[in-house]
Amino acid sequence: MSTINYSEIIPNNVDLAGDRALQRALEQWQPNFLKWWGDMGPEGSQNFDVYLRTAVSVEPGGWAHFDHVKMPDYRWGIFLAPSEAERKIHFGEHLGEPAWQDVPGEHRANLRRIIVTQGDTEPASVEQQRHLGLTCPSQYDLRNLFQVNVEEGRHLWAMVYLLHRYFGRDGREEAEELLQRRSGDTDNPRILGAFNEQTPDWLALFMFTYFTDRDGKFQLCALAESSFDPLARTTRFMLTEEAHHMFVGESGVARVLQRTCEVMKRLASDDSARIRAEGAIDLPTIQRYLNFHFSVTVDLFGADQSSNAATFYNAGLKGRFEERKRADDHRLQDVHYPILEAVDGHLVERQAPMLNALNEVLRDDYIKDSVSGIGRWNKVMEKAGLPHRLNVPHKAFNRKIGTLANTRVAPDGRVVSAAEWAAHEHEWLATPEDRAFVASLMGRVVEPGKFAHWIAPPNMGINKQPVDFSYVRFN
Amino acid sequence: MNTEAAPVEVIRQHLIDPEICIRCNTCEETCPVKAITHDGRNYVVDAAICNGCNACISPCPTGSIDNWRQVARTRVYSVDEQFTWDSLPAQEDLGPAGDADIPQEIARITDEASAGQGGAAAAPWSAEKPYVNLHTLAQPALATVTGNFALTAANASSDIRHLVLDFGATAFPVLEGQTIGIVPPGTDAQGRPHHVRLYSVASPREGERPGYNNVALTVKRVVADHAGQAVQGVASNYLCDLAKADTVHVVGPFGTSFLMPNHPASSLLMICTGTGSAPMRAMTERRRRRIEQKEGGELMLFFGARAAEELPYFGPLQKLQRDFIDINFAFSRVPGQPRQYVQDLIRRRGDDVARLLRDDHCYIYVCGLRGMEEGVAEAFREICRQQGMDWEALLPDLRAKGRYHLETY
Repeated sequence: MSTINYSEIIPNNVDLAGDRALQRALEQWQPNFLKWWGDMGPEGSQNFDVYLRTAVSVEPGGWAHFDHVKMPDYRWGIFLAPSEAERKIHFGEHLGEPAWQDVPGEHRANLRRIIVTQGDTEPASVEQQRHLGLTCPSQYDLRNLFQVNVEEGRHLWAMVYLLHRYFGRDGREEAEELLQRRSGDTDNPRILGAFNEQTPDWLALFMFTYFTDRDGKFQLCALAESSFDPLARTTRFMLTEEAHHMFVGESGVARVLQRTCEVMKRLASDDSARIRAEGAIDLPTIQRYLNFHFSVTVDLFGADQSSNAATFYNAGLKGRFEERKRADDHRLQDVHYPILEAVDGHLVERQAPMLNALNEVLRDDYIKDSVSGIGRWNKVMEKAGLPHRLNVPHKAFNRKIGTLANTRVAPDGRVVSAAEWAAHEHEWLATPEDRAFVASLMGRVVEPGKFAHWIAPPNMGINKQPVDFSYVRFN
Repeated sequence: MNTEAAPVEVIRQHLIDPEICIRCNTCEETCPVKAITHDGRNYVVDAAICNGCNACISPCPTGSIDNWRQVARTRVYSVDEQFTWDSLPAQEDLGPAGDADIPQEIARITDEASAGQGGAAAAPWSAEKPYVNLHTLAQPALATVTGNFALTAANASSDIRHLVLDFGATAFPVLEGQTIGIVPPGTDAQGRPHHVRLYSVASPREGERPGYNNVALTVKRVVADHAGQAVQGVASNYLCDLAKADTVHVVGPFGTSFLMPNHPASSLLMICTGTGSAPMRAMTERRRRRIEQKEGGELMLFFGARAAEELPYFGPLQKLQRDFIDINFAFSRVPGQPRQYVQDLIRRRGDDVARLLRDDHCYIYVCGLRGMEEGVAEAFREICRQQGMDWEALLPDLRAKGRYHLETY
């Protein structure tokens, strides 16, 4: 059993004590991280005892240990999934060679960039969500938010470990900068656009954890295939934690829908104004939030044709989702993949070399995964006997990155004029009024077992605890 | 032994609740034997591969993973069938097949044992799902005796023994509160095989010794029947006389109702006499081994015997911390002292008992001689009256919630 050493300042299963220089470097970074957590972590919550899951080993039985802890005392540490003996590279030009235990000189800059970009999203989302505790709909939800936050913190640690351990001085500087950038800061913003957007309310949080954390899942899955073995092992363990974040999103939206359906049935009406007057969130508003978060997240996968993506794959730095399960040659030299273009006012498919289209491949895998969850949200309406359904917007809708960035596409996939876009944008994307309305519902509910009116309670509690368990003690 | 019906093998099939699952792939990634797979719609477990190792349970972020159904081995839910589900199927009534699986003789004994509460109650919602009848009368498991210790003092009027049986490499998973059947060798005076006898296991699920494949039983040597007539109990004398390294035929496990809750902060109110202490010892020991987990909840025990010398496990019980378990001994035959029964102590602790009756997370277990049933119920009735509750109204609620379990003989 690969146990985690909790007696050390930094819990780890990477024998940190065996590398004194690295240990000292990380111990110097740790107070800066804690200061960042104090400044930018969940607001006004430092003294709460929160029922959190902490890993005590990376084996299946050991990483879900639950107890009440103060968040600043959370045991952030460095955990790598168990290593695979004699692992071989399984895609790209090095296919069949032994996986790398160190960074090859020629890939150093690219790997650093990949790790920094991934690492930057982790503290960014904590910053985006830091005010939400003040408007939580229940203790159960508050606890889930905090769990997400501490695990994002741990994912930052995971990336910082790689930077310190494998990238020398450059890596240490990058690790510092991860604590310097701020989400939404005009002078020193986070690297990726979606991570500079606000997460202003809980519906936005649920959409973010459903859609944007799922982007995290797909990026981590692609990195878990990496020839650079420490990166693969780190991201594999991160994936087990990421799953909880998507659970928060998927179940959160489902519970919002459940409450909305209850109100719709009671009123026997789908009139948005009446539903809002009853303190529930109307389905068109939920659809507009969905459209926004989906389209912003779809952009995170990058340009549809990218020579960087080809380089990353060919060099073995980043694979495809479920690379090992695919039955092709894993080199992709002569394979093509359809990408979208707007020609004469229509979207048409064009075949591009798959190596260059790998961002699009990952995006499409992501979309498939997202769509199935939206199907499950629709089950809530189906079960309630209502004919209404949520729809997934077209992947060309509201794009800001890639070939389609300058094309205006309606949610149904029609290319539209600037005038038509302007006339309908308020029906397609969450408006300031929508956000103001949702914000008006956000009152803080913290009595155990009580839930804000706009959201239904969950089916079951955390770790088999009852729903009315004291998940957070406010002291 | 009536075994003409061909045994239908019933297995616990592991299923994932598609309504709660978020398709995060964690289980599939975790499964060491690759029993979990998915399509665009559902994550499913292949019953032909799953070995019930539970590695996938704790990493699941949703709780959807922990679902089980009893099905005939010939009619498991296929992977393709599971792919079409929007929700889990209800536990099917296995009908004659399922019933036939539990030998009639055992069904009769367990029916009688739970008759006092009006039939078997629901198990606590958080109970671990039990295995049942893995080893049939036609094909019993073979266990080896690894210990046989006297629990009562030499001068006591009864001989109660703590028996440890080891199953070696044979799977025999039991939960606290379950029973196992012992088949004494040989035939009776009419030349027929002896009847099977059921015993509650006295050890927790990980074994009498943690990590060992063994169970403990609490066996009282029967030398008289209920009416006081001298009778040598066939099975109890057989068991009490076993020596180390002897082998025993064992069937089971049995019991799907008298099970302990597993959720943190759940409490146990345990009432027993004599060897009725076996399941209480199993549950207490389970909790004791998990003290470090700080799961909360309280344990309250009412334990009756004729005198301290006749109380099984008297010594070890005395050593448990008071803040771990609240123990109340009732002795009915101590010279010079009034006779005291468990119901007397239950009344005396009325306030605490009432608090536990009101607590939805407290589960109540009664095990011992049939005669204690009515006395205990009367004590509850009286406490309820004093505390402004109605026992007759409370009882169905307790039963429906799996909070009241009675096993008497």
